[in-house]
Amino acid sequence: MSQQTVRQFSQVSEGESLPERSIPVTRAHLVHYAGASGDRNVIHWDERTAQAVGLPDVIAHGMLTMGAAVQVVTDWVGDAGRVIDYGTRFTKPVVVPHDGGAVLDVAGKVTTTDPESKQATVELTVTCGGDKVLGRCRAVVQLD
Amino acid sequence: MAVNEDFQGRSYDPTTPFDVGREHIRDFAAAVGATDPIHHDVEAARAAGYADLVAPPTFAVIPGQRTDAQFVADPDAGVDYTRVVHGEQRFTHHRPIVAGDELRGVLHIDAIRAAGGHQMVTMRSEIIDAQDQPVATSLSTIVVRGGE
Repeated sequence: MSQQTVRQFSQVSEGESLPERSIPVTRAHLVHYAGASGDRNVIHWDERTAQAVGLPDVIAHGMLTMGAAVQVVTDWVGDAGRVIDYGTRFTKPVVVPHDGGAVLDVAGKVTTTDPESKQATVELTVTCGGDKVLGRCRAVVQLD
Repeated sequence: MAVNEDFQGRSYDPTTPFDVGREHIRDFAAAVGATDPIHHDVEAARAAGYADLVAPPTFAVIPGQRTDAQFVADPDAGVDYTRVVHGEQRFTHHRPIVAGDELRGVLHIDAIRAAGGHQMVTMRSEIIDAQDQPVATSLSTIVVRGGE
């Protein structure tokens, strides 16, 4: 085990881009998330049920997309316990076909910094196949 | 079936305790791809200043949705779950959730409003610990699609 380096407020500037990441999402990920989160809604693992309610195929849990995307922030900060606020709108479902699954592309940018509180706000852009799947996705981190 | 607007403004008693376990944190972290050692390694979490394993930022959805279920699963509330879509979600962390926490949720139905043939319900779960201290606020908006 090793102690991680936590980003300091003085190291952060407005407009700064965070390292981007592509995150694969397969049916196996959906089943794992269903079990770990307790959200066992059938539309996340059975395509017949998903199609019966008008979806093109099985879709990812919005909360899985939200939970996976914030890793861009936590890895950049170096301490996952520093995220004090995190919110989003679910604008478009992430369709996860049996073959190949889906890929989330996550980018982040520091939009505001507050020297008083030493808090920084990161705006995340999360797309799947070029479509924006999360809207107004923002995380606030508390730094030292 | 439509959402019963009489529930707007309603508040509930605290839920029964939800015990946060280490293996649950590890499993949830793995499911969302969270590799920070503070989710997995107790020594790393303690070295970083935490009492025990730290839950990932969206772990609060679990006690949050258990709290929300008091409304969503209440037949009198009139929520047809087959028509529910998650619209928005926000977590405000008053402190990180750690293994060993005994959490309860206090549910408030902040808003029920009509929007373009649908109904939008905003549920606020105030997550508190065994000492009644605030841990997290989960703000969840669901969209209940109107009938065709």
